Amino acid sequence: MAETIGIDIVRYRPEKDGEPWLQHFEVPYEPDMSVLDALLYIKDELDGTLAFRWSCRMAICGSCGCMVNGIPKLGCKTFLRDYYPQRVQLEALEHFPIERDLIAGIDDFVVKLEEIKPYIIRSDERPVAEGPFTQTPTEVDRFKQFSLCINCGLCYSACPQYGLNNEFMGPAALALLHRYNNDSRDQGRKLRQPIVNAEEGVWSCTFVGYCSTVCPQAVDPAAAINQQKVLSLVDYAVHAGGLGDSQDEPS
Amino acid sequence: MSAGKPYHREVTRTWWLRNPFFVRYMVREASSLFVLGYSLVLLRALWALSEGPATYAAFLAALGSPWAIALHTLALLMVGYHAVTFLAMAPQTMRLEWRGRKVANTTIVAVEYAALVAVCGIVAAAFGVL
Amino acid sequence: MRRYQRSHEPVVWSLFGAGGMVAAFLLPVLILFSGVLMPLGVVDSTALSFDRARGFAGHWLGGLLVFSVISLSTWHAMHRIFHSLNDLKIGARRLRFMICYGCAACITLGAGVLVLTLQ
Repeated sequence: MAETIGIDIVRYRPEKDGEPWLQHFEVPYEPDMSVLDALLYIKDELDGTLAFRWSCRMAICGSCGCMVNGIPKLGCKTFLRDYYPQRVQLEALEHFPIERDLIAGIDDFVVKLEEIKPYIIRSDERPVAEGPFTQTPTEVDRFKQFSLCINCGLCYSACPQYGLNNEFMGPAALALLHRYNNDSRDQGRKLRQPIVNAEEGVWSCTFVGYCSTVCPQAVDPAAAINQQKVLSLVDYAVHAGGLGDSQDEPS
Repeated sequence: MSAGKPYHREVTRTWWLRNPFFVRYMVREASSLFVLGYSLVLLRALWALSEGPATYAAFLAALGSPWAIALHTLALLMVGYHAVTFLAMAPQTMRLEWRGRKVANTTIVAVEYAALVAVCGIVAAAFGVL
Repeated sequence: MRRYQRSHEPVVWSLFGAGGMVAAFLLPVLILFSGVLMPLGVVDSTALSFDRARGFAGHWLGGLLVFSVISLSTWHAMHRIFHSLNDLKIGARRLRFMICYGCAACITLGAGVLVLTLQ
């Protein structure tokens, strides 16, 4: 008799359901199976209507994030052997609306990523004839960690402040902002500063730190945000608490 | 891009009870109540000091009551937890470099604890113990 | 880019940070001696005698130290309490703000006045 593991999934079909409901599955268990493997088995063999995002199955695309027993994880990087023989409950990533089954509506996350101007901004353009930018290993080290984000959204599910108020820019967006401000090729800090200084910027963060705990790439968004708090404090002092702010919109 | 009817899950007041990490976070935040409490004790001490020797003696005597000692013991634990968590978080708010490399968080914490021991030594000396 | 308003949180956050440092470094050892070891008689309490305490607080440096410990620790605690009430979804932000930081201001004022009278 092959071993099985209990997988409970919070289902939601917008065209049929008024509310989410729990569906129970028994999946054949092998010690090397991931949560994603279980989902693929369920879709292939038990219930073809189950909807979930996935792509690379190797923790680099950021698609398969979901709540596993209440904790935000990547399905491909979470192994059933760490739960067996306990049941595993899966739900769409918290703090986002449920689109369908395990698919969370992450539009707000994407909007915020775009908002922080995630690209190198130059005030003086470097002509092509001058050749490429060069960076020392130290200069790369200053932003590299924060560039490893795979946009999986686990940190938004982890962050209680984002859950309480989704005006907050959130961990990944602010870590990405920190990545660009710390890149020696970038000259766009002043353009991004108004976001940092706002209540919905770094000042909604209470340094719970759970974002950094759940991050599958060790980006440490908590460190990024809290370093930005110090810089925002300096900016506040330099601009005399806002008296030194120009009334013009930054372009 | 929505399939018509996204379902919004409400965040309730007890969100933090569902995860031990969040419970520890709330305990960490609650430790500040004891920081406040001891600040008020110090304020009362200042006030007693300004009222004169009799009031001050009464204040010191009150510190000797079993309730006061019990509360201060609890406060010691909570303020200790506050210190441990605060010192653990402090390195994440800064990036220090030594010879082109980032100083590890553990190094910063070690320096913090060295400073803490030194400060405790000075205070202990002031209290006539060292 | 939509207009963002600069927050004034940096003001209280710097007090929070300074207060946290003070509370982390000084409060545990202070509570250990004044609240536990001396009342229990494990450590002799002549260091806390009226004359010594009065002399310490009456000196401008000692007074400044006592004032700083009380005030900064209070700002630290009130900042955390303000945000924790928010975490517990206790609303009325303006009212909470006034009460929390108002208390901190009053305690700061009280400590300042007391220290000055002792100088």
